[in-house]
Amino acid sequence: MNTSGGKWIGNILGKLLVFIIVVITVYPVFWLLMSSLKAPGEFSTSPMYTLPESFHIQNYIDAWKDGNMGVYFRNSIIATFPSLLFIILFGAAAAFAIEKMRWKISRGMLLVFLVGIMVPVPIVLLPLFTIFFNVGLLNNLLGLILVYVAFGLPLTIFLFTSYFKAVPNELIESAVMDGASIYRIFISIAMPMIMNAVVTVTLVQFFFVWNDLIFAMTFISDSELRTIQTGLMSFSGEYGQRQWGPTFAAISMAVLPTLILYLFLNKTVMKGMTSGAVKG
Amino acid sequence: MKEVLGDRKAILLFMLPALLIYIVILLVPIVWSSVYTFYEGSLIKGFSFVGIQNYIQLFNDSNFFSSLWITLKFTLIVTTGQVFLGLMLSLLYVFYIKRASFLIRTLVFFPVVLPTVAIAQLFAKLFEIAPNYGLVNSVLTAFHLETWVQAWLGQPETAFWILCIMEIWKAMGFYAVILYAGLMDVPEDVLEAAKIDGAKGWKMTQFIILPLIKPILISAIIFSLSGTLKVFEQVVALTGGGPGKSTTTLSVYMYQHAFTNGNYGYGSTVALFLLFMTLVVTLIVYKVSWKDQT
Repeated sequence: MNTSGGKWIGNILGKLLVFIIVVITVYPVFWLLMSSLKAPGEFSTSPMYTLPESFHIQNYIDAWKDGNMGVYFRNSIIATFPSLLFIILFGAAAAFAIEKMRWKISRGMLLVFLVGIMVPVPIVLLPLFTIFFNVGLLNNLLGLILVYVAFGLPLTIFLFTSYFKAVPNELIESAVMDGASIYRIFISIAMPMIMNAVVTVTLVQFFFVWNDLIFAMTFISDSELRTIQTGLMSFSGEYGQRQWGPTFAAISMAVLPTLILYLFLNKTVMKGMTSGAVKG
Repeated sequence: MKEVLGDRKAILLFMLPALLIYIVILLVPIVWSSVYTFYEGSLIKGFSFVGIQNYIQLFNDSNFFSSLWITLKFTLIVTTGQVFLGLMLSLLYVFYIKRASFLIRTLVFFPVVLPTVAIAQLFAKLFEIAPNYGLVNSVLTAFHLETWVQAWLGQPETAFWILCIMEIWKAMGFYAVILYAGLMDVPEDVLEAAKIDGAKGWKMTQFIILPLIKPILISAIIFSLSGTLKVFEQVVALTGGGPGKSTTTLSVYMYQHAFTNGNYGYGSTVALFLLFMTLVVTLIVYKVSWKDQT
């Protein structure tokens, strides 16, 4: 019984709904970036929703230098990239052995790794703290790398086994016939076949590792070794509420790398982040 | 063939690095943590065996029960919010915006990848009251709703709700995309047939769409439940568990006992309870979904 008038109103309401959804998700981040460009005086003279009067880049310089964000960035990079390398390397090797090689307990092995997906982090913190204390890995980025690799492996192995499943067995078998060694098959045949998956999984793990707080705040107390997330926690503490500009700039800096990465690779990121949930 | 693909040395070489690091950093600590539950003390104070005293303490600890209650409340509200709003969004993508929805999906998904700490700091600023009004209080003033202006994060009730809202805001795009993928798999002709039979709107959703995407809806619920049960970073970064104990969830409570009070045994007991709870919830949801499918 839709009259054209009813349809017209429905259309407007629908458009309005979409508009509201976009505002709710996008505006807070836009507001953050705008606030990071305000000069110190603007926070007390004009309301929070106004746009900055000019681009006050000084906030970023202050946050980077005095706020130590530069050091935190360096530490995050040092912790993240080796972690990603090992997660992919070890994860792909294990997934290859589980999915493509022939041995009795390969399914059981996969199950052992899958358990790790469910484990809540608090249960491992105290024993790990004890271990790291005893072997001198507290306040050491290497300790963080070990933890990130261990916690990155379950999902990575799970995803890689399902991608390896799509690589035809005939391909591997004919390579065996041609006399290729198993290592050669892994490196020159299997890995290139799942290169897209490697990119996807690397991205997913990047977001987990780069955004981690709980491990970094437990195992690192030295302020010179803090990562971005822990640094950000202490940042607003040190500056208190007076220095709004640098605080906003620091939060923006923590957001920017992921924002930029996401803008360029949004399709892959969305696919990767959700594939674990869809398949599990 | 068998020689190459069943080469034990190669299998060992492929498996060993992953297995070793996984066992040492993840599996051994779980067992170790269970052992801690029978001890008292810390690295500095030293440990002493106390039998099941930690478990007795757990069941007599009103603070534990209050944080358990807060965790359950948070889990229930946030899972409902995330999955329900995710579902609504996904329906909107498929049936209203249709093929052109890519941009909207991308925008709504975006908070998913942002660092939790940054989001929490952002929300703290949004709801700030002193020394300057944050965005929310500032907007309320502009609309002459001065009576609504308040210290959102300084009051137990509102702080808890802002924590919930933040978590729903962050993750709803994730569930929307998962459910969208599920909806895309629903055959077009099934929907057409239902339409011809006169199903539309909510009836269509309830009787045709929901049953068809049930498996994916259940994985979304499991995902959300297991994520929200262990909520930690959001709380630490937004409220630190306060004001009072109003946002102290189980994992935050565990952390306070273990690292602030230096009581490893009791902290581990709380952590073990958390692990147990996560497993039970997953099993229940799997059981329920399995029963319905046969």
